[in-house]
Amino acid sequence: MHLILLALLPFLGSAWLALLPRASRGVHAGIAVAHVVAALGLLLFVAPGVLNGIADQVRYAWVPALDLSVTLRLDALGLLFAGLILGIGLLIVVYARFYLPAGEPMGRFLSLLLLFQGAMLGIALSGNILLLLIFWELTSLSSFLLIGFRSDKAEGRQGARMALAVTGGGGLALIGGLLLLGHVAGSYELTDVLAQGDVVRASPLYPAALVLILLGCFTKSAQFPFHFWLPHAMAAPTPVSAYLHSATMVKAGVFLLARLWPVLAGTDLWFYLVATTGLITMVVGAAIALFRHDLKAILAYSTVSQLGLMTMLFGFGTPAAALAGIFHLLNHSLFKAALFMNAGIVDHEAGTRDIRLLGGLAKLMPITAALGMIAAASMAGLPPLGGFLSKEMMLEEAVHTAWLGAPWVVPLVALVGAALSVAYSLRFIVQLYLGPQRDAYPASPHDPPAGLWAPSALLVALTIAVGLFPALLTGWLITPAAADITGGTAPEFHPALWHGITPALMLSVIAVAAGGLMLWRHGPLLRGWELLRLPDAKRLFEAALERLVQWARRMSDAVHNGSLQRQLALMFLLAVVIGVEAIWYGGYAPGTRPLLPAPPVAIVAWTLLLAATAAVALVPRQRFVTLIYISVIGLVVSLAFIYLSAPDLALTQISVETVTILLLLLALNLLPKQPVQLSSNQERARNLLLGLAGGTASGLAAWAVMTRAPNDPISSYHWANSYSGGGGTNVVNVTLVDFRAFDTFGEITVLGIAALTIFALLQPAARGVSGQRLREWIADLPRSPERHPMMFAVAARLLLPLAMMVGLYIFLRGHNSPGGGFIAGLIVSIALLMQYMASGFEWADQRRQIDEHALIGFGVIIAALTGVGSLLFDAPLFTSAFGYFTLPIVGKFELATAMLFDIGVALAVIGAVMLALAELSHIAQRAQKEPAEDDGPMDVDPAKLRGLQR
Amino acid sequence: MSMEFLVATAIGALTAGGIYLCLRARTFPVVLGLAMLSYAINLFLFAMGRLVVGRPAIYEKGATGYTDPLPQALVLTAIVISFGMTALALVLALRTFLETGTDQVDGRPDPDLLDRENRT
Repeated sequence: MHLILLALLPFLGSAWLALLPRASRGVHAGIAVAHVVAALGLLLFVAPGVLNGIADQVRYAWVPALDLSVTLRLDALGLLFAGLILGIGLLIVVYARFYLPAGEPMGRFLSLLLLFQGAMLGIALSGNILLLLIFWELTSLSSFLLIGFRSDKAEGRQGARMALAVTGGGGLALIGGLLLLGHVAGSYELTDVLAQGDVVRASPLYPAALVLILLGCFTKSAQFPFHFWLPHAMAAPTPVSAYLHSATMVKAGVFLLARLWPVLAGTDLWFYLVATTGLITMVVGAAIALFRHDLKAILAYSTVSQLGLMTMLFGFGTPAAALAGIFHLLNHSLFKAALFMNAGIVDHEAGTRDIRLLGGLAKLMPITAALGMIAAASMAGLPPLGGFLSKEMMLEEAVHTAWLGAPWVVPLVALVGAALSVAYSLRFIVQLYLGPQRDAYPASPHDPPAGLWAPSALLVALTIAVGLFPALLTGWLITPAAADITGGTAPEFHPALWHGITPALMLSVIAVAAGGLMLWRHGPLLRGWELLRLPDAKRLFEAALERLVQWARRMSDAVHNGSLQRQLALMFLLAVVIGVEAIWYGGYAPGTRPLLPAPPVAIVAWTLLLAATAAVALVPRQRFVTLIYISVIGLVVSLAFIYLSAPDLALTQISVETVTILLLLLALNLLPKQPVQLSSNQERARNLLLGLAGGTASGLAAWAVMTRAPNDPISSYHWANSYSGGGGTNVVNVTLVDFRAFDTFGEITVLGIAALTIFALLQPAARGVSGQRLREWIADLPRSPERHPMMFAVAARLLLPLAMMVGLYIFLRGHNSPGGGFIAGLIVSIALLMQYMASGFEWADQRRQIDEHALIGFGVIIAALTGVGSLLFDAPLFTSAFGYFTLPIVGKFELATAMLFDIGVALAVIGAVMLALAELSHIAQRAQKEPAEDDGPMDVDPAKLRGLQR
Repeated sequence: MSMEFLVATAIGALTAGGIYLCLRARTFPVVLGLAMLSYAINLFLFAMGRLVVGRPAIYEKGATGYTDPLPQALVLTAIVISFGMTALALVLALRTFLETGTDQVDGRPDPDLLDRENRT
């Protein structure tokens, strides 16, 4: 239970912050701190149990059919990672409170930060690998928002996009890999998967699963050749960089390597893939870091290098190396978060991050300089700091590792990496803080208020303490965490500053000496590096992206030439071919159900329908006349519904018909009325042939079904339960508002969306090119001299209350007799539309009390609340309840919750119909009122640009 | 002639007309074609419940036969949704016409527009 609360706390904080965008900065920071502190407290509360070897676990089935469950599990490894996420997260929140300038939206920033923290915490706590995937993707998405927080800056957007493309792409691979892993292991529960190591490694699917999972880890942890996204993610505000790139985001990949170590590690494939990648990344990242000038870029590439180091250690596949890896993960989090905060302070106070413009800051900002130098010394691996211990352990493991039988490869390359790390760390110290003071800095540097340096001071103090008393301070956590990684007993953890003269110490000394040398000769080295002209990863990435887009465009151009005709013709042709194929192989078998005799009236109506259909199709140029034919079709269909026992459908059809014709009339007013014929006779013959084929097929299909005996799997259930279960005798209506209310809810939502889309399409139509065209538009039809005939206006006004009464009546009786929300909504709409027609848009619109958007919204919300309400009574969603009541005079009557639902339906229908027609009816007038040159929503109006080009 | 024959042929005719109109080169007939296809499809769905005369789906104790209520409920919402779809397609057509000055959808240049450009 604690774990659920722990996992939820960051999300709760995030939601709360998002809901209070206007609160003061202090309140925002307070809320964030409170949630993180609470989570940290909860973590400490459960920690003793976890460390005593009792992994805490809760499990709720989510989608049992997929073996997906919300399993949260906390072991020592998870505890370590969660502790880093929350502990450093707390310091980052405090730091951000003082770092962000007053203009930036603090609430949004902290809300996103906590969202990201929740996702990371979810990775640490997941006890089901599918759940882990979900959190994994959530970190990619939330980090996208954080990296692109300054969305007004191009580099922020590009960096965010690149990070999302790379880590999201890796996430896709990871999905495949984890699905394969779960498939092989026979379960997606982490405990079960971890127990199946031998089975997994012996499986033929192991290589595929391993490569896919590693792709996910390597992209996330910025391993070569996917390292390039990380430096570009530095466009984020510094607190984000300090959080994402020290303790969290990029460590997720390394964490997953550790998490799945018992299952995946121990094979040659693992060793050569993971250790080699780590080794290369370590050297490449360190080399680039040495030649960058932006403080954050130096730190970013050093992070790449350090992640490579950890990856390599896990790749070695020995328990001792895994122990060193997890210890370095802790140390790196401490000093790297401190260093990022430090770089942020320098940027903040000195006004630049370019190391070439800086130097000699030690005298100007002594506190900052002291903290920065100690943290950098830990990064360099100098004693007596935490970084020294884990680097020593790394070198020790490297000495004992052979690569392709050669014992010298790994130690040599690791030595090069270590020397480079010493060089860039010392450069940070020497070129930033030491050396002569500059005459001028972009700003006047001085130590910031304590809120900015205190968080990094705490981390620096920790890194010193860990260096001095490693076993005492970290042994209790590192040992069980290492035991969790290896899935057995932990290797012995005896870190010390002095082990005697060992090969590792010798290498360390050489590394420091070589690093110092490299820094001394940095100038010539830099010139040599620049001569290399290494490819710029960002340019390569953008070029690849560009090519992809071009390729996609060429594909879609090839498939789609801009002709709707061709698209539709292909689709119809395919449908006909499939139908013919079905009849060809399945046979055509109408049944022998007794037929209904057709009365003469029906035959007359049928003849009318056929004639009208032919007329619409064959006389297309007289567009107004075709509308009359269309309405004839609608009328005949309504009559058919009445005759064939479907009064509800008839009512709906006839009212929809009215509204549709009105809509077509309004649109036609602005469209060409008698256009030139475009298609050749040959094309028309082809279309006619396709139409006849489709028509014949659908007619034959309908005939075959109608002449067979009904196959009734569920309809009789509706009939039998309508009155007893739904409380209504009109089974069609009860089906709509009760049995299939969820469907109906979906339908009104879709209808509302369609109406809002129409609004969105027509609202801006009064501006730009289209507005220009509307203003130039001249009514091309003779107008009646009387715009609002008196008889019509008076009659419409008299009819309004009557029509409203009819609507209400149809609504109320709907549950038991033909009628209901849909039909009532349409009738009321028509009554209102009549006012618009009779008295003009302006007059009617001024008297309108309720906004159509609100009507749609209220309708959908009322329907939703009614549906959700049933959950309160422990009934399934959208269950209706009803009862019978008696009032004096009125007598006995029925009240049903379904009626409330039907009110929602009616409101949504009214809103949607009115919005669509009202928008369409006055678009031309609106364009007249719009000034010809207006300030659009954008500085650059694409529509105008196109107009200029023409 | 039987009712089944009339309904089946009506569905066929409406489908044929709908397809033919949808394949025309201008937007307005395409919208009409969509509307006509909606009639055909709604009738088709309705016919899946078989044709019954004079026995609407109003529940009464002891009623022996009744029409199938389920297709009717589905078609009822389908009619309303087809209205939404027709309206959206129509407005899309209108906005396209207002933006581009042509209501053609066959991917070829509009003769009217070319004409006007040649004159100016």
